[in-house]
Formats: sequence, C-alpha cells, structure tokens
Amino acid sequence: MTPPTSKMLPAPAARPNAWADRYSPAVFLRDTTAIVSAELVKLRRDPSEIFARSIQPALWLLVFGQVFGKLHALPTGKLDYFSFLAPGILAQSVLFIAIFYGINVIWERDLGILQKLMASPAPRGALVFGKAVSAGMRAIAQGTIVYLMAFVMQVPLNWSPLALGGVLLSIVLGAALFSTFSLMVACVVKTRERFMGIGQVLTMPLFFASNAIYPISIMPGWLKVVAHINPLSYQVDLLRALMVIGGTTTFGIGTDLAILTSTLIALVLITSKLYPSIVR
Amino acid sequence: MTMQEPTSTDISIQTDRLTRSFGSLVAVKELNLVIRSGEIFGLLGPNGAGKTTTIRMLTTLLPPSGGTATVAGRSILADPVGVRKSMGYVSQMISADGALSGFENLLLFARIYGVPKVERRKRIDDALGFMGISEARDKLVRTYSGGMIRRLEIAQSMLHRPEVLFLDEPTIGLDPAARHQVRDRLKELRRSFGTTILLTTHDMDEAEDLCDQIAIMKSGVIAAEGSSEELKRQANTSSMDQVFIHFAGEFSDTTNFKDVARARRTAKRLG
Repeated sequence: MTPPTSKMLPAPAARPNAWADRYSPAVFLRDTTAIVSAELVKLRRDPSEIFARSIQPALWLLVFGQVFGKLHALPTGKLDYFSFLAPGILAQSVLFIAIFYGINVIWERDLGILQKLMASPAPRGALVFGKAVSAGMRAIAQGTIVYLMAFVMQVPLNWSPLALGGVLLSIVLGAALFSTFSLMVACVVKTRERFMGIGQVLTMPLFFASNAIYPISIMPGWLKVVAHINPLSYQVDLLRALMVIGGTTTFGIGTDLAILTSTLIALVLITSKLYPSIVR
Repeated sequence: MTMQEPTSTDISIQTDRLTRSFGSLVAVKELNLVIRSGEIFGLLGPNGAGKTTTIRMLTTLLPPSGGTATVAGRSILADPVGVRKSMGYVSQMISADGALSGFENLLLFARIYGVPKVERRKRIDDALGFMGISEARDKLVRTYSGGMIRRLEIAQSMLHRPEVLFLDEPTIGLDPAARHQVRDRLKELRRSFGTTILLTTHDMDEAEDLCDQIAIMKSGVIAAEGSSEELKRQANTSSMDQVFIHFAGEFSDTTNFKDVARARRTAKRLG
C-alpha cells in the first residue's frame, strides 16, 4: 500500500492563465462553433425531423387559421386573421422544436457523449451556447418551411432584406432561448421519461399564455400578467412586426430584442452552472 | 516494495486522502495513490468498489467530498481546466457519436482541444492510422465494429497529445480479438508517446498483460497494490483470478441495476 502522501503533493497552484482559459472569448467562440458545426453536419445528414415537425404548423395554419379566420371574432387590428396567425405559428414551431432539445442532451449523457465533452477543456457555457445556436439553425430550416406555407396561403409577407434579417434573428433568438430553458430543465429532471412529461406540461402553457393565436388585449387580467412575462410573447411580437406587411408591435422592437437577449444570457449563465450536474 | 520512492517530477497522478460520499455511502475513502509518469496503472475491483468514482474525480467530472489530487502536476480542485487539457478520457460508455463519421468525431475534439487548423487533418489522419482505422475514416461510426469504436475513442482522446490517459473499462463488451487489438494499441501508445495510462478493468488477464502496477479496490479503499508478480506473491497464488478473490473477497459482487443496465447498453452498442 502507498503511504499517505500529503507531504509529497506539489502545491495545488492554479496556472497563471487558468482564468483566461475559462473565460477567453476566443476559446468560447471556437468551442461554440465546433459544437454548432457538428450539429449542422448531423442535421444535413438527416433532415427528416424538420419535415416531420412541419406537419403541426401546417395543420394550425390550414385548419385552425381557416376556421377562426371566418369567425372575425378576434380584434387583430389592420391584419386579417391569417396574417395575424402566421407569425404566431412560426414562433410556435420554433418553440416546439426547441423545447424538447433537452432530451437530446439526456440521450447524449446516456450514450456517454456528454461525459467526453465535459471532460474536455471546453467552457461549459460554450457547450450550452453551442447547443442553443444549433437549435437556432434547426429552427431556421423549420422557419423556411413555415414561410413557404404562409406564402402559398397568400399571407402578405414582407420580403425586405431588413425585415427578413430581423425575422432570422428572432427565430434564432427564440430557439436559442427555449432550447437553453430545455437544457436547464434536463439538468434538473435528468431522465428522459420525466423530461417528456414535463416538456408536454411546459409547452402548452407557454403557447396558450402568449399572443401567438390571439391578442393579449382580450385575455383576462391574470393571463395578461403571465403573457407579459412569457418570452414567447416578445418573440411573436417581433415576428408580427417584421414578417407581414402592415404588421405592428405591441411592446416595441427594441424591447422585444432586449428581453429576448437578456433572458437568453441569463438562461445560458444559469444552465452553464447546472450543466456539470447532468453527468454526476 | 522494491521500488524507489518517486520524486514529484516522476509523478503523473497523485491523490491525497481523496474521498467521495453519496449521502451516507462512502464510495471512495481517503484514497492515496501515486502513479509514475509513463506507467500503465490498473485499478481493479468488484462493481461498486469505487474505481469509476475515482476516475470521475480525477477527470474533474465529479467533485471530491474530501481530499485532493493532482493530474500532470495540476490540481483537480484549483485548476480543473488545466487538468482537462492535460488528459484524455475514454468512458465506460460509448462516447463516439454514431451520427458522425470517424473523421468528424475527431475533428470536433481537435477543435475543442485547440489543435491548430493547419495541423488538424494531419493529426487526425495520424491518429486514425496509429489506431489502424484509416480505411473507416469517412464511414459513420454507427457502422463501426465494437473494437473500431474503442480504437476511435482512444484516438479521439490522444489527439491533443495528453500526458495522462484515463480509460474506464476500455474492453468491456468486446470480443477477444477486439480486446487484443485495443491492448496492443495501448501498449504502442505508451511506447511511442510515454503516456501515463490509468485504466479500470474486471479482466485480470488484461491487467496482468498491460499494467506495470495494479491496485485492487474494495469498498472504496485500496486492498492491495503492486505489480502482478508482487500481488501473486502476497496472495500466495499463481493465478490473477485468485489474487482478485484473495483481496476483493469471493462474495464481493455489489453490482446494482444501474451497473448492469450501463454494461449491457455499452455491450449492445458495441455489437
């Protein structure tokens, strides 16, 4: 047996550049890009999920949109109901793709892939943000399909480059935000079975307590409060202002962007702290 | 023991009263280990003895409840990022991504470990060649055999030329031919790069074949330590299986549902 060795241990000093290793923006960017590139390769190789997930928004637009459009029961301002609904359905499809992202991470943990990444020097924040940006890339593919559907259904889309850029930004921000939220939930629940249950419970309240399919103005007081703290409302608001001709914003584009960005940053910071716990 | 006391510069891994508890269960209790540079060190013991917990603490995946350790001269507590940069890790589970090719799996880690862009392709091709899987470079990993996956994972862990390599049951679920291939590559790795290797295994023949030093763990502590010959002498037997039984006990199987499920999942993925 080896005797106790405390006298033999070299002083456990941190290297002078240990802090820089952890917080270097260049390292963060490099590792985020590495994660995103690998995810994009997988998406390109098997895009079936994107097409499978297009069925739901198609049903909302075709069935729900057509029926509710004929009722003329909702105060949608200058927009017809289709034009009002299309940005909401785009945001919904982004939400649905992103909110189950956490299950991929639990799956990667169960396969041992995540352990390998966690044993690498990559900053935890880069691992989380890489996944978030990857969700954004997937959501762009999904968004393109929703855009095509809206075009076919003669929604008056705004094709100006500035508006399209804003829509892209909104899609990526929303997907990154909800996928990071999903990763945070995965860190807490840790198993696929529990995650599936909680994922279903989260999705519907986020969707219905937002301005995706009806305006906040018609909601009862308590639901208005929930809708105002729901990030999906701000994503829909941003999309509604940019995606369709004649679209308007309730909160203001600056407010929408500020809330989505700050919520994303807060979630990335929290999830980065929680992330190591998923492999323990 | 006949070995000379190592100096701190000879030491690659050192633990000092390293301890990890899960609630009231002490999985690893005040572990003191010294592993010399360039050594292949085997950590043996029944399931639940604390081998994987020890590796998880040394690889910074699990914080210790007490004590400390250094890996390649860096503290797992004060400089975990430095430790991660200095080591490679092959987990018990299959950590290669089946949806990516062998090359793409290695590229991901080459980027994460900061291998310079101009060197990446050569480093990856060299690593694949070293492990004897160059021909499968562009095939999806899900089409690889079990032995090829393990060799790919070792290649992945060695891309950044770490000083220390941790392998948690690297041959679990492999057939004898694939086990031999992996062992040969590990020996070659040590010969070519002088890498210090800490591995866990249940296979006593593997431990005898590969390891310069062996520690047998039981209930979170080291029950015996030495070369295979020294352990045989201590246990007064010529069989390594008898050495294991002598030090770990005949009824030492503490395998739980999770252990079995994980081992079977790994074996299933390895085909």
